[in-house]
Amino acid sequence: MATTPVYLDHAATTPLRPEALAAITAELGEVGNPSSLHASGRRARRVVEESRESIAAHLGVSAGEVVFTSGGTEADNLAVKGIYRARRGADDRRRRVLASAVEHHAVLDPVQWLGDAEQADVSWLAVDDLGRLRLEWLEKEIAAAPETVALVTVMWANNEVGTIQPIAEVAALCAEHGIPLHTDAVQAVGTLDVDAGTVDSLALSGHKVGGPHGVGAVVLRRGLAVEPLIHGGGQERDVRSGTLDTPAIAGLAAAVGASMRDRGERVERLRELRDALVADVLATVDGVTRNGDPHDCLPGIAHLSFEGCEGDALLLLLDAAGVECSRGSACSAGVPQPSHVLLAMGMDPVAARSSLRLSLGHTSTRADIDRLVEVLPAVVARARRAGTAR
Amino acid sequence: MKVVAALSGGVDSAVAAARAVDAGHDVTGIHLALARSPQSHRTGARGCCTLEDARDARRVADVLGIPFYVWDLSDRFAEDVIDDFLEEYAAGRTPNPCLRCNEKIKFTAVLDRALALGFDAISTGHYARIVDGPAGRELHRAVDPAKDQSYVLGVLDRDQLAGAMFPLGDSLKTAVREEAARRGLLVADKPDSHDICFVPTGDTGAWLRDRLGAAPGDILDAESGEALGQHEGAFAFTVGQRRGLGLGHPAADGARRYVLGVDTATSTVLVGPPVLLDVDVIRAERPRWCGPAPVGPVEGHVQLRAHGEPVAAVVEVVDVDVDGDGGPVVVAHLRDRTRGVAPGQALVVYDGTRVVGSATITRSTRA
Repeated sequence: MATTPVYLDHAATTPLRPEALAAITAELGEVGNPSSLHASGRRARRVVEESRESIAAHLGVSAGEVVFTSGGTEADNLAVKGIYRARRGADDRRRRVLASAVEHHAVLDPVQWLGDAEQADVSWLAVDDLGRLRLEWLEKEIAAAPETVALVTVMWANNEVGTIQPIAEVAALCAEHGIPLHTDAVQAVGTLDVDAGTVDSLALSGHKVGGPHGVGAVVLRRGLAVEPLIHGGGQERDVRSGTLDTPAIAGLAAAVGASMRDRGERVERLRELRDALVADVLATVDGVTRNGDPHDCLPGIAHLSFEGCEGDALLLLLDAAGVECSRGSACSAGVPQPSHVLLAMGMDPVAARSSLRLSLGHTSTRADIDRLVEVLPAVVARARRAGTAR
Repeated sequence: MKVVAALSGGVDSAVAAARAVDAGHDVTGIHLALARSPQSHRTGARGCCTLEDARDARRVADVLGIPFYVWDLSDRFAEDVIDDFLEEYAAGRTPNPCLRCNEKIKFTAVLDRALALGFDAISTGHYARIVDGPAGRELHRAVDPAKDQSYVLGVLDRDQLAGAMFPLGDSLKTAVREEAARRGLLVADKPDSHDICFVPTGDTGAWLRDRLGAAPGDILDAESGEALGQHEGAFAFTVGQRRGLGLGHPAADGARRYVLGVDTATSTVLVGPPVLLDVDVIRAERPRWCGPAPVGPVEGHVQLRAHGEPVAAVVEVVDVDVDGDGGPVVVAHLRDRTRGVAPGQALVVYDGTRVVGSATITRSTRA
C-alpha cells in the first residue's frame, strides 16, 4: 500500500498526543523510583504526584482517590473483584453483582469469573435496542434484596456502539441503598463531561485518551473498601503494588490534560465529522443501518450494519483498500463471535455479524471520510456477492 | 495473483505462504477456526485449531508481512465433516475426514469465499503438484514420496484445482523444514500433525462411543457363524483390524483373526482368517474427477488408504448404478489381490503420477 492507511479505529487506540510524547520522553532519561527516599526518588515522586493531582482535578476527585494501574483492564478487574471481595468479606450475604449486559470484556469476564469461581450471583441488566440500560430493571433487581448486592457495574459509554449510559440516575439509585457503583469510563474520559465524584469507582485507560499503552487508573472513592489483586510493596494506597511507571504516568496526565483542554472544540468537530460520515455512507450505500443511540452517543463512533455482508469480509476488503476499522470487539484467538453488545440490543446474530465500528479521534480529518466513502461502495458490493458466511 | 494462504500454524503452510509471497503474489494469510466451541481454543487440545496454532499462524503472517485473518468455519466443519464422520461410522464404514475437509471446507467453503472476495487462488501446505497438461490442469503426486498428500486431494474437481496452489509439491519435507528455519519462521521445529484433528485424545473408538452410544452385539466367526465374543459397538471396528477384538482364545488352527465385515444394522462384527480379507475387485461410488472423466477403462494404479501402496489395476466407470442410488459406479480390477479394504475409505485412481479421480469404496470382493 503506497499511501498511508486511513485510520478509523480510534476507539481501539488513538495516536499519542504530542504533549504526552514530550512528557514521556522527558521522563525516560531520568532515574528514580518514586518510592525511594533520596533526591532522585523524590524527584520521580513529585512527577507522579503532580500527575495524580492533575488527573484528579480533571475528574473532579481528590488526588488520594486516583490509583494508577497497568491499564483499563486492570483497573476494571481491581474494582470488580476488589469491591466484591471487600463487600462480601464484611457481610457474607452480599453476593449479588449487577452488571449491564453491554459491558466491555474487561468487566464482563471478571464478573463472570466471580460467578464461576467465587459464588457471586450475577444478574445481567438488560438494555434497550439503542443499548441504553433499562433503569427499571436495575431498580427491580436492587429492590428485590438490596442488602445482598455487593456491587453494581455499568459502563459510562459503550465501546462498540457508543451509547452513553444514564450514569447519574444509576449512581443515585445505588447511593439510595448504599451500594457501590463501578463504571468503566475508558471511552468516556477526555471526550464526555466525566465527573468521577458521582460514582464510587471509575476506570480509565491511557492509550484511549492519547496517552501511552500499559497505564491506566482506577478512581476509588475515599473510604471504599477494596481488596487488592496485586500484592507487594503496597505503593498505591496498599490497594495496588508495583513500582510506579513514572514516564507512563506523566504521559497519562499530559494526555488527560490535553484532551480536557481541547475537549469542547474537539467533540464538536468529531460530532460533525461523524455525522458527515454517517450521512455520506447512507447516501452512497444501500442497506446500511446505524446502531446505537443517535443522540446520547460518543461523538467519534459510527456503528453501522451492512445488510447481506459479513463484517469480516468488509474488514478484510477495507484493510486491503487502506481503510482501517474494526468489528467492535476482538477475541484472543481472532475468532469472530457476534458481539454480545449487539445481541443484548436485540439484534439477530446475522445482522450483528454484518456490523462495523468506524471510530474517529483527534487526528481524524474530512479527507479520511472522503477516502472511506470512495472505496466503500465497491467493498460493500464485493462483500455482498460473497454473502454471509455460514 | 491475489492469493489466500491457508495458515494452520504449522511449518508446511508457513513455507508454502512464504513461497507464494516470493513468487510475487499478493498474499493474505487466513487461519481456519474449525473447532466449534470457542472455549476449546483455551483448553490447549492438540491437533488443529488451538489458540497456540492460531498464534503461530499469526506470527508467520507477521514475519512474512502479510495481512492475517481468522475465518470461522466451525459450523460448516461440524456439519460437513464431523457429522458425516459420525454417520459413516454409524453405518459401519471407515471414512477419511481429511478428504472430506479438503472437498467441502478448504476447496469449497474457503475457496468460494476467497473467490467471492476477489482472490484468485488458495495456497496450502499440501504436498502435491499441479501440472499444466494438454487437457488442462492436472494433479500429480508430490516429489517426496513419504509426504505425498495427493491421496487426500483426490476429491478435488477441475474447478477446485483451478483455484488451488500447492507450493511444496516439488520439495522434500526435510528441505521445507530447513527453509522454514532459514526464513526465521519459528514453527520450523513444530511436530507434524497426526491423527484426526477433532479427536483431541487420539482415541477414536472412545470418541465414537461417547457420541454414538453403546450398541453391544456379537463377534461372529465368518465361516462357522459361531459367536466368539461380544463388543460394545460395531461402529468401532474397521475391516482389516486385528487388535482390540478382545477374543480370549485363538482360532482352532492358531491363526490370528481379523475383522472381515461390520454390520451396524445387526450390531455384528464378522471375524476370520486374513486370507478372507484378500480382494481384487473394488466397487466405489460418488466419483470425483480431477480432470475430464475417463472414457473407457484406465490402466493405472489405485491407492486405497492414506499411506497405502499403489496397486496396479484396471478401472472402469459403470454408468448405471446397480447398487441403487443411480449415480455412476467405479469398479477397479486389481492385478493382484490386496488385503483389508474398508468400505468408506477413498479409492484414488492414478495414471502414473497423475491423479485421475477418486470414489468412496462400497464393497470389495474376489473375482
